[in-house]
Amino acid sequence: MLGKTAGGLYWMFRFLERAENTARLLEAGFRIALTRSTDAEAEWKSVIITLAAQQGFEAKYDTYDSTHVINYLLRDADNPSSILSVVNAARDNARLVRTALTSEVWMSVNETWMQLSDILKHQVREVDLPDVLAAIRQQTALVRGALNGTMLRTDVYRFCQVGIHIERIDNTARIIDVKYYSLLPATSIVGGRLDNVQWETLLRSVSAHRSFRWAVDEGFTGPAIANFLILDTRLPRSLIFCSKEIVSNLAFIEQAYGERAICHDQADKLLQRFSNREISTIFEEGLHEFIGSVLGDTANLGYQIEKDYRFNI
Amino acid sequence: MMSDDGIRSTYRSYNEWFSEQDNRRLAKKSAQAEALFKRTGITFNVYGQSDAEERLIPFDLVPRIVSNSEWSKLARGIDQRVRAINAFLHDIYNRQEILRAGVLPVKLIAQNDAFLPQMMDFSPPGGVYTHIVGTDIVRTGEDEFYVLEDNARTPSGVSYMLENRETMLQMFPELFSKIRVQNVGNYPKNLRRSLEASAPASCNGRPTVAILTPGIYNSAYYEHSFLADQMGVELVEGHDLRIVDGHVAMRTTQGYRTIDVLYRRVDDEYLDPLTFNPNSTLGVPGIMDVYRAGNITIANAPGTGVADDKAVYSYIPDIIEFYTGEKAILKNVETYRCSEPDALKYTLSNLSELVVKEVHGSGGYGMLVGPAASKRELADFADKLKAQPENYIAQPTLSLSTVPIFTKKGLAPRHVDLRPFALVSPDGVDITPGGLTRVALKAGSLVVNSSQGGGTKDTWVLED
Repeated sequence: MLGKTAGGLYWMFRFLERAENTARLLEAGFRIALTRSTDAEAEWKSVIITLAAQQGFEAKYDTYDSTHVINYLLRDADNPSSILSVVNAARDNARLVRTALTSEVWMSVNETWMQLSDILKHQVREVDLPDVLAAIRQQTALVRGALNGTMLRTDVYRFCQVGIHIERIDNTARIIDVKYYSLLPATSIVGGRLDNVQWETLLRSVSAHRSFRWAVDEGFTGPAIANFLILDTRLPRSLIFCSKEIVSNLAFIEQAYGERAICHDQADKLLQRFSNREISTIFEEGLHEFIGSVLGDTANLGYQIEKDYRFNI
Repeated sequence: MMSDDGIRSTYRSYNEWFSEQDNRRLAKKSAQAEALFKRTGITFNVYGQSDAEERLIPFDLVPRIVSNSEWSKLARGIDQRVRAINAFLHDIYNRQEILRAGVLPVKLIAQNDAFLPQMMDFSPPGGVYTHIVGTDIVRTGEDEFYVLEDNARTPSGVSYMLENRETMLQMFPELFSKIRVQNVGNYPKNLRRSLEASAPASCNGRPTVAILTPGIYNSAYYEHSFLADQMGVELVEGHDLRIVDGHVAMRTTQGYRTIDVLYRRVDDEYLDPLTFNPNSTLGVPGIMDVYRAGNITIANAPGTGVADDKAVYSYIPDIIEFYTGEKAILKNVETYRCSEPDALKYTLSNLSELVVKEVHGSGGYGMLVGPAASKRELADFADKLKAQPENYIAQPTLSLSTVPIFTKKGLAPRHVDLRPFALVSPDGVDITPGGLTRVALKAGSLVVNSSQGGGTKDTWVLED
């Protein structure tokens, strides 16, 4: 496979995953804006920070009001991470690697692009936002379904999976990073309404609000939620789950190529941060610092994969 | 051949089927086909449009039908032409016998931009220059065909030949059980075989073939990716390639891998910044050295454009006779070379009845269709002609045959041309029975180019 193709596959799925994650964050933020309007501005700001879009946003707008944030994240062409921008980028990458995709995967991406560029052509009214966000999630689910259902399990598929999970671990880590203070054991003793709002949006941002209740016996406490998001192997957006996926997909490539590269060691190191770990020891280490190193490791791992598999040079 | 009811015998069976169809159902099918093309991403980008919008080429659901006997004649004519063109190219870049014999004026080659001195005294692997040729042909009457252009550089459109057939098979399977149509679907397999057969002699084992594309924003990118996919070969861009140990190699996830045959869809000028345009980022620095060392096949060979220039075109019948000793089977359209004073005079005084084309132009840009032009356009064009006569050739407007297309009001006649595709390798010439039929969708129009609002339709060559 061409290095460029591996890179195209990896980025195509990172971008699609990003579109889906942004839609989720918007959904969680919108809920706060609707139900607790006094918290709305602060919540929108944390969404923007989570998406590393603060600089670009503040260059354009003075206040974090719903209309601006929604438009900026959904369809602003100046925002390289807006859903419209990343869907365009995903489709460009898909065209680049078209020969590596099954026609089902290609058509689902192309349709996603056709449909979303149509929906996002004009400013979205708030009443329509839930439908638009649902359409985004549905379309990206369609692509993932085509990927899982039709692609051969070769290196092609593995690079897609690596892209998905690098993006996802980064996203979950960022979400925790922005709200880490609400998860600290000390904060939960304080209790109060604010914390519950934070917990709820945290869980909603990773589509785990209901699954937390199903999967975890204890009630809503900061440490229980932190444990769920970081160390629970059952949650497909937890840090440990994503790093396991990265390790196993890279291991497949290692085996297929008969060659171990630096990125394999880095991925193992990332997984070791979570393996056989108790949440209490993470708190002892310092949650904020811990998440900071996870974000750093993930970024380095991404660079190393690009280098080891010659995406660009 | 027309029968009493005005229906060509080749269309008889089709017409029987068509007359039983409900127009509304067909209109729906037509919309379905368009949606399918869109979903599949069979689009092209139009040059010169700032928004880089992707467009669909309109597809007409009535096939263009050619009898087997007409096709046999066409195929023999194309075969003869591409052999002569290859012999001509080899001669021009080596001994230049045809110039010495005075059949062709020397300045036609010497002053030709498409002539590449870098190709002199060199013979490409297997002696093949034009691995893929798309000859543009028009029909003016029963068994009467004219060649418009030879397209010996990098002809495009073959993906439409294949996709149009695929679409017809999906929409109207019953037609294909009723009417026996020759298959075009083997083209990608044949193309790969033909390219492999053209590999350098030094290549051991199965040759590695790749397609070189300028990238996803090129107007024909869809075709490049389609062909790579159908052949099962890599689709590469200039920045995927570099010279490694005297070979062209592509960057894979496991290191550099040698390419033996490069089907390039990048123009000569951009192929090698060390030899041609130094600013090109689309090509591979040093590929011409590898080529001349005999370590890679470039298809089509650089410099083939010298054979499909519109001024050289007018000499093709002489070229055929010079190299094959035979008369040309397919006719050329009478061509006035405006570089010649008499021809210029004739062209200027008959402008409203002629088609005038740029010698190096393509894609229907910069041409004048006399009968369709306004007085103002004619006058403007006459000025351009006088300023640079050597840039133009003129041809009579042919009474092109029409074929039916589907409209909301039923069938209606439109002008068409035909581009069959020929594959050339050391093993011989292989011509796919069919081709790309382009159709002028505007009533009366003679311009079929997709960039000028033309459409396409499936082309059926009947079995006997």
